[in-house]
Amino acid sequence: MRGKASEPGGQKTLPVAKRVLELTVNGDRYEVAVEPWTSLAQVLRDELRLTGTKVGCNEGDCGACTVLVDGRSVSSCLYLAVEAEGRDVTTIEGLAETPDTLHPLQEAFIEHGGLQCGFCTGGMLMSSAFLLSHTPEPDEGEIRRGLSGNLCRCTGYNKIVESVDAAAKRLAADEGGTA
Amino acid sequence: MTAPLSFDVHRPRALTEALDLLDEYGATARVIAGGTDLLPKLRNGRLSPEHLVSLGRVGELDGIEETGDGALVIGAATRLFDVQRHPLVRKRLPALHHACSVMATVQIRNMGTVAGNLANGSPCADTSAPLLVYGATLEVARRDGHREIPVGAFHKGPGSVDLASGELIVAIRVPPVPAGSGSAYQRISARSRVDMAAAGVAGLVTLDGDGRVAEARIGLSAVSPTPTRCPEAESLLTGQVPDAPLLERAAREAAEEAKPIDDVRATAAYRRHVVFVMANRVLTTCVARASAGAGGGTP
Ligand SMILES: Cc1cc2nc3c(=O)[nH]c(=O)nc-3n(C[C@H](O)[C@H](O)[C@H](O)COP(=O)(O)OP(=O)(O)OC[C@H]3O[C@@H](n4cnc5c(N)ncnc54)[C@H](O)[C@@H]3O)c2cc1C
Ligand code: FES
Ligand code: FES
Repeated sequence: MRGKASEPGGQKTLPVAKRVLELTVNGDRYEVAVEPWTSLAQVLRDELRLTGTKVGCNEGDCGACTVLVDGRSVSSCLYLAVEAEGRDVTTIEGLAETPDTLHPLQEAFIEHGGLQCGFCTGGMLMSSAFLLSHTPEPDEGEIRRGLSGNLCRCTGYNKIVESVDAAAKRLAADEGGTA
Repeated sequence: MTAPLSFDVHRPRALTEALDLLDEYGATARVIAGGTDLLPKLRNGRLSPEHLVSLGRVGELDGIEETGDGALVIGAATRLFDVQRHPLVRKRLPALHHACSVMATVQIRNMGTVAGNLANGSPCADTSAPLLVYGATLEVARRDGHREIPVGAFHKGPGSVDLASGELIVAIRVPPVPAGSGSAYQRISARSRVDMAAAGVAGLVTLDGDGRVAEARIGLSAVSPTPTRCPEAESLLTGQVPDAPLLERAAREAAEEAKPIDDVRATAAYRRHVVFVMANRVLTTCVARASAGAGGGTP
C-alpha cells in the first residue's frame, strides 16, 4: 500500500534543522521531513517504504539505486533528497502504468531470464527505461553501454541484454501497430 | 567510513542569488552541481562545509550556447550527458564528446558536470585533456566581478585549483577549432568505463594547405600532478609532414614528458607506456580527421 508519509516523528536535536520537502514520486505527492544531507535513496526506502530501490554500494558504482528524476536515470544514493523537490521521481514501483500490470521491460526480463536474485533488477530496469526513452531501438553495443552503470553478480549480463532487446522490439512493434 | 554530516543546502534560482550566498558564507560554503565528487568527500570527512549552494535550479547555467565567433559556451550546470549528446559538440569537439561518453556511468553523467569535473581538481579528470587541447577558458564569477582562467592554468596540484571562496565557475568557453584540424581523445582504466582513468591523451592537429602540421597540441591527464600539455612533442610535429614514423616519435616524446606515479590504478612504467601507445593512436586519428577535412565523427 502506498500511503502518504506520516508527519515527522521524534525530532533529534541537530545543528541543522530538518526541512519539510514536497516530493512527487510515481505521480503521488508526499511531504517528508528530512535532514539536508539525506539521500534520495534513504527517503525512498526508509520514509516512503518504496524498497524496490536497493542500495548496494552507496557510492555511485553499482546502479542498484537507479531511479528516474525528470525522466533521467540517476544514482539515488548520491542524489540529495532536497534536490528532488519540484521534480518528478519515478522508481521501479512506478515503472508499470498501473499497480497490477507489468511494464514490457519487466515482462521481457521474466520471459528471457533477465534476473536471478533480483537485487540489481530494479536498477537495471530503470536504466533500461532511460535507454529506451532516448534510443528506442538500441543495438547490442548501445544496450551494453546503456547498462554499463549497473552491476549484476548473477546473470552474466547476456540475458539482460536479450531482455532489453526483446522489450525494445515489442515496444517498437506496438508503436508501429498503433501509429 | 562515514563521517557525521551536518550542512545546510541552499537552492537559489538565479546566478546573482547563488553569488550572494557564496559571498555571505565565504569559506564555509561550497558549490554543489551534480554532487558526484562532492558527496563522497562529505561522507568520508575530507570536506566539511556548513553550506552547500546548489546549481540545480539555476536554469541560466544549464545549456550550451554558440556565440557569434563560433565558440561553444557550456554552462556550469549542464550535465555531462547533455554535453555528450549535443550535436555541435559531436561535430566539432570529438575529443570532448568522447570523454563525456566514456567517463563514469550513465547515471553519473546524468548528474555530473564539466565544471564539477574540473573544479574537483583531480589530475585524472576526463574532460581536462580535451579542454586543454581545445584551449578552453573558465568563466569565473563572484558577487562583485568576474575573470577568465585558461584551463591550463586552473589546476594547481592534485585536488587544488585556482578558485577563491565566493567564486563560482559560470561556464566553460571553448573557442572555435581552427580550420583544417582534427582532434581525438583516448583513455584507459582498469574496469573498462566506469573506473577513473589511469591515463588519458587528447590531441589536436591542424594541417596547412601543403599537408604539413601548422600546429599540434597534446594534452595528458592522470599521468602528472595536473593535466598537462607536451610542448616538446608538439614542437617536434610543427612544420613537418605528419607521416607514421614522425607521429611515433612525437608519441614517444609525449610519454617522456609525462610524470606518472605508481598508485592503485597503475604503475608509473605502465602509464608511460600507454601514454606512448595512446598518443600514437590519437595523433594518427587527428591527422586522418584533419585530412578528411572534418573535426568530427565519433572516435
Ligand atoms: C561511480 C563514479 C564514477 C566516476 N567516474 C569518473 C570518470 O570515469 N572520470 C572522471 O573524470 N570522473 C569520474 N567521476 C567523478 C565525477 O563524477 C566527475 O568529476 C563529475 O564531472 C563531477 O561533477 P559534479 O557536477 O558531480 O561535481 P560536484 O560533485 O558537484 O562538485 C565537485 C567539486 O567541484 C566544485 N564545483 C562544482 N561545480 C562548481 C562550479 N560551477 N563552480 C565552482 N566550483 C564548483 C564543488 O564545490 C566540488 O568541490 C566518477 C564519480 C563516480 C561517483
Ligand atoms: S547504491 Fe547507488 S550506485 Fe550503488
Ligand atoms: S540478478 Fe542477482 S545481481 Fe543481478
